Amino acid sequence: MNEMSPGTRDFKIIGTRVKRPDGVDKVTGRAQYGADLTVPGMLIGATLRSPHAHARIRGIDTSKAMALPGVKAIVTHADFAEIEDEGVRDVAINCLAKDKALYHGHAVAAVAAKDAQTARAALDLIEVDYEKLPHVTDVDEAMKPGAPVVQEGRQQENVTGDWSQNVTSYCEFGHGDPEAGFAKADHVIERSFKTAATHQGYIEPHACLASMTSDGKGDLWCCTQGQYFVRTLCAGILGMEASQLRVTASEIGGGFGGKTTCFIEPVALALSRKAGRPVKLVMSRDDVFRATGPTCSSSIDVKIGMTKDGRITAGTANLRYQGGAFPCETVSMGAQAAFAAYDLEHVRTQGWNALTNRPKEAAYRAPGAPMAVYAVESVVDELTQHFELDPLEVRLLNAADKGTKSSYGVTFEAIGLKATLEAAKAHPHYSAPLGENQGRGVSCGFWFNFGGNTCVSLNINEDGTVGITEGNPDIGGSRASISMMAAEELGVPYDRVRTIVADTSSLGYNDVTDGSRVTFAVGLATIEAARDAIRKMCSRVAKIWDIDAEAVVWKDGAAHPSGPNAGDFDPMSLAEIAALSSETGGPIAGHYEVNADGAGVSFGVHLADVEVDPETGATKVLRYTAFQDAGKAIHPDYVEGQMQGGSVQGIGWALNEEYIYDDEGHLLNAGFLDYRIPVASDLPPIDTQILEIPNPGHPYGVRGVGETSIVPPLAALSNAVSRAAGVRLHELPMSPPKVLKAIMARG
Amino acid sequence: MVQVQLWGSLRDAAEGEETVEVEARNFKQLLDRLSERYPGLKPQIERGVSLALDGRIYREAWFTEIGPDSEVVLMPYMKGG
Repeated sequence: MNEMSPGTRDFKIIGTRVKRPDGVDKVTGRAQYGADLTVPGMLIGATLRSPHAHARIRGIDTSKAMALPGVKAIVTHADFAEIEDEGVRDVAINCLAKDKALYHGHAVAAVAAKDAQTARAALDLIEVDYEKLPHVTDVDEAMKPGAPVVQEGRQQENVTGDWSQNVTSYCEFGHGDPEAGFAKADHVIERSFKTAATHQGYIEPHACLASMTSDGKGDLWCCTQGQYFVRTLCAGILGMEASQLRVTASEIGGGFGGKTTCFIEPVALALSRKAGRPVKLVMSRDDVFRATGPTCSSSIDVKIGMTKDGRITAGTANLRYQGGAFPCETVSMGAQAAFAAYDLEHVRTQGWNALTNRPKEAAYRAPGAPMAVYAVESVVDELTQHFELDPLEVRLLNAADKGTKSSYGVTFEAIGLKATLEAAKAHPHYSAPLGENQGRGVSCGFWFNFGGNTCVSLNINEDGTVGITEGNPDIGGSRASISMMAAEELGVPYDRVRTIVADTSSLGYNDVTDGSRVTFAVGLATIEAARDAIRKMCSRVAKIWDIDAEAVVWKDGAAHPSGPNAGDFDPMSLAEIAALSSETGGPIAGHYEVNADGAGVSFGVHLADVEVDPETGATKVLRYTAFQDAGKAIHPDYVEGQMQGGSVQGIGWALNEEYIYDDEGHLLNAGFLDYRIPVASDLPPIDTQILEIPNPGHPYGVRGVGETSIVPPLAALSNAVSRAAGVRLHELPMSPPKVLKAIMARG
Repeated sequence: MVQVQLWGSLRDAAEGEETVEVEARNFKQLLDRLSERYPGLKPQIERGVSLALDGRIYREAWFTEIGPDSEVVLMPYMKGG
């Protein structure tokens, strides 16, 4: 086995751009997504949603709807189990409202009928007796004493101060004495920022097919980032044992964190249980916007002091996030990430979460970090403008490095921030000329990454091929990267390995595909599973040769005798060993299970060139380059794709995307026409540069790469606009009316 | 004795201390001792915490061994997208 340290190993397959295993299925339309499965006797589900932002539900009368021919079942929250766990209970109440409708679009009841037309007609016959209540959708308003209370009794024990009950949690991080640090600065800037809630914008709406039998067994097919967590939630909400519910993840058309929870799956199971037939439930785009998780919106105050030569003397940030009608902890991630890029003697961040009458927040790529880093990087940039310093030089001067005590308390291991900044500085993009009304913005970004629960089985087939069973839906190319790592470790060609995603009954528990964890953690488990299989193959060969197992080594896809004393034997290839498996002890397989740690944090630096039209306020992105430390890029195409995808989502967050509410708390733009994500014609090619500073926590040096890339674009765009238009905005999105207003105010 | 750094909003529950000392050889012992000695920390520990050991972040891992000179930092439970 080759167990050299990452960074010194000479890879054969890792780092190449092999064919993706799902390519043919996806381009031919053969891939099976959430809504694609159909079974005999299947009913169609539909969901009734609250027309009010906040209302007490005094009663629900379903009798007329049930009497409609073709209607087979109607469910409300009363069809769910009594749930002890607070987190699962919140998901259940979000799936079907209990006593109150908590936001516009909150699901209240659901119907299963013989077809979609009948199901929709039945929704019109359900009578809900609402008592309309005052509502609040803005985070700062929600925190004020006297604000309408969304849910009572949800405050954590550490919340103090004169806030409304909507404030559910408080967190604080940092070290040193910020006031002493500010006193040493030549200039201090304090600014307030607002960012809008943005949706993950996955192209595939949530969809599932549920089938419950009369003996209590269930099967669920759904698009999700984690079939095991769906099983946990649904079993808890339905009052089932996990072993009785099998969940199969479909192909997935994007998730970005938004498919790490449940919205319709428990409802479909409850309908199927009641109707005694399979039920398909598919969300419309309108439903997706109204009732699935956007990210938090935020209100942030940042204060930073700097010396005239660019050294940051202190920084503070107060972050107020709202994550909708249920408590969430996202602000704590933002408060830790805000100043992570900098080596600071004095730093303090404080964060508060507030409840509002908006949909329950769901994770979105580096949850909490983009808005916090946007605010900090904007003020850092304004200070560099004040002192007329180079923005990359200032960041290099203050950059965190190995041994830096981070703003969240941990001393960094080997990190790639300085190398990433140097790469940006040396890139032709940074010195390219700019024209009139054009500007260049820079921003750093940071994300933690993590590993988590992972279980992998690797089977040596009798024909010398390899089958891998893993438990995470393939969102960003994991089947390819997992096959590549197995092929590398076993020493066989990539096309001899096939990786499939298991259902929950076929493999042990795996955490959801989040936290940029899969290539790191599943890759690590795959390498260890391959090593397990290699040990077994070497043992079989030792018996064939009648020598000690320790005298057999694995090299280039074959077992070799180790040293002159082991004897003179021709190497036995994996295929030869597999062909003899029946005679030598039966099937050969490797297995590994772990709660993986050591994912290694990741930094990125982005450069953005924009042109602002002074007549309309419209911002056009002219050039964009993302630099990121990937540890080791297993398949560079996929790594570049993650860097490009995160950049584009961040550009949309910066320029266009926002949830817009009217005075009644109604969401006004629940569709892609009015909630405009960037499309290809809006963007230049997103250039990428991968840096490889090996992560010591992974056998091949892998770091997570999926999330960091959404963190820098918000500030990179804002900093570019400030230079292009000569005005600095403190609110996202920087939509044309806002930019134009700022230009006109400047005069 | 292991020195454990607490994040700012936990310090009120630990007599205002930024760093506290407990006798522990692994994460489970550390969390148990913290809960016993500072009952105010117990609600947060029960909600979930991560730990960083010498710069490496662990989401759970009760039986991770802690050396006498290790840097141990208590962190909120990591969450991603």
